[in-house]
Amino acid sequence: MSLRTKSKILVFFLALVCYLALTSFTDYQEIIAGIAAALIVTLLAGGLLLQTEGKKNLFKRSLKAVEYMFRFLWEMTKANLHVAYLVLHPNLPIKPGIVKIKSSLKNESAITVLANSITLTPGTLTIDYNEKTGELYIHWIDVKSVDEKKDTEIIGAKFENLLKEVFE
Amino acid sequence: MKIIRWFAGLVVILAFLYMNFFYLEIELIVRLINVILFCSLFVLFRVIVGPSPADRIVAVDILGVLIIGLLALTSLWNDQSFFLDVGLIWALMSFIASLAFSKILEGRPLDD
Amino acid sequence: MIENIGMGFIILGILFDFFGVLGLVRLPDVYNRLQAATKCVTFGSAGILFGTFLMKGFTSFGFKALLGIAFIFLTSPVAAHVIARASHRSGIPLAKETTIDRYKEDNEGEK
Repeated sequence: MSLRTKSKILVFFLALVCYLALTSFTDYQEIIAGIAAALIVTLLAGGLLLQTEGKKNLFKRSLKAVEYMFRFLWEMTKANLHVAYLVLHPNLPIKPGIVKIKSSLKNESAITVLANSITLTPGTLTIDYNEKTGELYIHWIDVKSVDEKKDTEIIGAKFENLLKEVFE
Repeated sequence: MKIIRWFAGLVVILAFLYMNFFYLEIELIVRLINVILFCSLFVLFRVIVGPSPADRIVAVDILGVLIIGLLALTSLWNDQSFFLDVGLIWALMSFIASLAFSKILEGRPLDD
Repeated sequence: MIENIGMGFIILGILFDFFGVLGLVRLPDVYNRLQAATKCVTFGSAGILFGTFLMKGFTSFGFKALLGIAFIFLTSPVAAHVIARASHRSGIPLAKETTIDRYKEDNEGEK
């Protein structure tokens, strides 16, 4: 089975489940309408979801993904408390700057998830990604060091190791 | 000067919170909706005053996310789920609008 | 009981919404505003939607709320990233407290 067919089947079932969950079906007509809508979606955009061949060990990878989600939620709560502290302080104790970190991830989806996670964790915001060198430019609200290795250690390392196991 | 402005803001916010939570006699969920409307006043302040175009784009983007929360509360208040449909579409449109605005800001054509 | 927990999530969400919007007004330049506002308002709206989901359970109402959570978690960081890059490339200055700007140093040759 080719990658494109797999992707189309996955998209079809996802669209069907979404449709049925949104309409709270009570009748068989709803299911027929859902299948029709899911078919249209599959024909239009079916092949876009999966781009690279999946690896083995799906169960272990999903466990890692769940662990990643919990760590992400914890970091996000910390980020919000940090912003609340900054905003309520009368003197605004900020020291912003743009630093550069290096990422060893190669997979495109992994890079996207890493950049989004960095945006939602304490004090950091991804600005740009350089494909050739694998460097991420990050706006940091409270610069602790300007050394590239140290910054990578502080900002990126906590997500990067987990993401490597999830995606690669 | 900074401290004076901080205190002025504090006084305004405390006055609003007193009016909302202790003076008016309305349901709890309407009080919460009032808080979100007060927040969107701040966002509109940034849209009007914002010194650079990027500030205005940021404010419009944030308003889109804020509105989803407002519509969720409204749908709870009326017990009608179609407000959430409106919220989902609103989020979609505001996301695409942010992308288009920032492309224009960057100076590239839209079909790049 | 579950209704009270849902209401707790909603109140928490509104609190963080308020902090985020306060950050949008108080912080000095575009990038800092974007940080505060994106984090707090995303978390706050997700909290409100999660409270709605808890109060309504597994009905179509609840699933719409869950879909909304997934949606804002996917789109809001991307929008923040795009706006930050566009405003840096169009030359909007950073605040005067800024200590270092690696992006400008590396991209001076390209312009």
